[in-house]
Amino acid sequence: MREQLALLPEYLTAHLQLTLVALAAGVAISVPVGVWAARRPRAERWVLGFAGVAQTIPGLALLAVMVPLLASLGGLSQSLFGLPLRSIGFLPAILALTVYSLLPILRNTVTGLAGVDPALVEAARAVGMTPRQQLRRVELPLAMPVIVAGLRTATVWVVGTATLSTPVGAPSLGNFIFSGLQTRNFAAVLVGCVAAAALALGLDFLIRKLELGFAERRRAAVAGAGAVLAALFFYAAATFAADLVRGASAGRVRIGCKTFTEQYVLAEIVAGQVARRAGTPAEVVSSLGSTVAFDALVAGEIDVYVDYSGTIWATLMKRTDLGVGRREVLEEVGRFLAERHGVELVGPLGFENAYALAMRRDRARELAVETISDLARVAGQLEMGGDFEIFSRAEWSSLVSAYGLRFRARRSMDPSLMYPAVANGQVDVISAFSSDGRIAALDLVLLEDDRRVIPPYDAILLAGGRLAGERPRVFAALAELVGSIDQERIQLLNLAVDRDGRSPAEVARAFLAHAGDG
Amino acid sequence: MANGLAARIELRELTKSYGEVVAVDRISLAVERGELLPVVGASGSGKTTTLKMINRLVEPSSGSVSIDGHDTRELEAPALRRRIGYVFQRIGLFPHLTAGENVAVTPELLGWPRERIAARVDELLELVELEPGRYRDRAPRELSGGEQQRVALARALAAEPEVLLLDEPFGSLDPLTRDRLQLAFRRIHGELGLTSVFVTHDMVEAMLLGDRIAVVDGGRLLQVGTAGELLRAPANGVVAELMATPKRQAEAVERAEREGAGGR
Repeated sequence: MREQLALLPEYLTAHLQLTLVALAAGVAISVPVGVWAARRPRAERWVLGFAGVAQTIPGLALLAVMVPLLASLGGLSQSLFGLPLRSIGFLPAILALTVYSLLPILRNTVTGLAGVDPALVEAARAVGMTPRQQLRRVELPLAMPVIVAGLRTATVWVVGTATLSTPVGAPSLGNFIFSGLQTRNFAAVLVGCVAAAALALGLDFLIRKLELGFAERRRAAVAGAGAVLAALFFYAAATFAADLVRGASAGRVRIGCKTFTEQYVLAEIVAGQVARRAGTPAEVVSSLGSTVAFDALVAGEIDVYVDYSGTIWATLMKRTDLGVGRREVLEEVGRFLAERHGVELVGPLGFENAYALAMRRDRARELAVETISDLARVAGQLEMGGDFEIFSRAEWSSLVSAYGLRFRARRSMDPSLMYPAVANGQVDVISAFSSDGRIAALDLVLLEDDRRVIPPYDAILLAGGRLAGERPRVFAALAELVGSIDQERIQLLNLAVDRDGRSPAEVARAFLAHAGDG
Repeated sequence: MANGLAARIELRELTKSYGEVVAVDRISLAVERGELLPVVGASGSGKTTTLKMINRLVEPSSGSVSIDGHDTRELEAPALRRRIGYVFQRIGLFPHLTAGENVAVTPELLGWPRERIAARVDELLELVELEPGRYRDRAPRELSGGEQQRVALARALAAEPEVLLLDEPFGSLDPLTRDRLQLAFRRIHGELGLTSVFVTHDMVEAMLLGDRIAVVDGGRLLQVGTAGELLRAPANGVVAELMATPKRQAEAVERAEREGAGGR
């Protein structure tokens, strides 16, 4: 718990930055558009319709879609203006959150203006106001309580949705929730949820004060709440700017990390190693989506992360040939990464984390299943549980076509829930990871891939091209990790987190201390 | 103390139609310098539309309005309206501004210096018999109906207009308040030497305040003249009936008094 609380200032500040910058942008767009649309009934229908549709897109999807969108826009802006756009991190998160904040502010601006007494608008004309003066001096002030009420709604939505910006590389209170769920650290989840709720309530309280101040025309209340909000905004904007400057100058090594236990542990190990052996500060950019991590490495947003040879082989190289050996895959992947993406393959860590199909030992024996070919015979009566990715990955279609696999039902679920589900019989087969300590702990068996459909999945350390060329000490420190973690060791490391509830950082420290002794 | 600012207003063939419906039908009328002219008519007679065409709150379909010989279309509508005071039946004070700020609106739009505006606000609050120290910083909702209408009158007069337009300004007030405000208004009109056009459906009010009276019905101007002229030679039955209402009311009052006395 103490370890989690130590992270709170960083994540809370980041969350505040995301929320306030997105809301400020939302207001800057929605109010003028609302004013424009309020006088044009046809435009009003279109504008509100568009914002309404944007609102129905699930928050996570809206965030995720910004990454490829920015990446393609980034290419355009690079060639037109020589300015690359950052496709992960704050930018996609802020864009998505801004889109999310539009509807309530826009709708309330239109409603608020429509609700102004026409007699007062006529009075404004009669005293000699131009249309612009009528708007600024009479209509907007009178509509302000309603507009601010819309801002309140948007604030609560944005604070909540901002927790989902973690997978696109923007740190937020969501980091507690994503990593906590994966590593079964419920203290972290609790800290994240409570902090997000408290932030939402706090901002809501301030904006409520503002709304009441406008409604009751008490200038002191408006000024007070406005000053606190403005101070928070400037704090968020200033720390954001400071982060940008520091990020550019301090030369920290940024280590990417996907959203499962092993990745959290490995990222901490890499960070510790870089700090210890190269004397360079390192930070973990945690809980990235799977392809987001690779894109981020190519774009130079992170410097290092761990991926798996088979993932690159199947997902990026789109290779489906069967029975290729571990060494050949490594060699081809290394060549492909260097030539096509300018990414350096530092080397394999020494273990495989392959996709594998796992069953309970007694259930497998009962059905006489040892290989995937055996499984294919009985699959029609069985239920299969998989993580979020597996059913849409190339490996799965290879498995299905090679073995003719056809299950009675398929369910996608969080990896941390998949193991209990197979252990207590809610599903019969799961897509396990061969490095997972829970396979042994829960007495599961891995089914043999007798046709060798699934490629080897060596854990490999990847470094961005710039790091390899410009920072030889860091690169050398990374190279020391090659071959340092075998299959048994990774299962123990994973189990220390998944079963024993120790934190990834703690487990990594113990590993490095041990490696230092040896 | 007439200050010589007063202007002459002339309406020529002034017409407003909404599609097929003709709300105001070729009204021609001159309001002399310093005159206070009531325009009387039933609801829907076109009297308010006529009034609003003078400061172009409603743009005429055809015909013209001139003030001191200048066509009102020579100026941009907002600039024109800043030179013409306007008082609404529904008062129309801005609820988000104080009484003082409401009075200051038009001078601010005209870009007067701050000190001149402050002095003018106090001067006008005194003119409408509201003590500036007590009323300047009050919100409209903290004032009674009569006080609000006094502030609205002060607002209409703030920028030293030559012309004042009033749309049933006392219609929503209780009889005692109305009485006091009518007296105050007549005094102010004389002191400032304004030319005023005053829409009302109350014949007694028209006879009390007006030098001449204009009678409007069905969008047409039926007759203009002093109360005596209208009584002696009404142009038609409608005018005659309208002119008869004060007398009928007075007779009713007398009858009630007699019966009351007899009953004791």
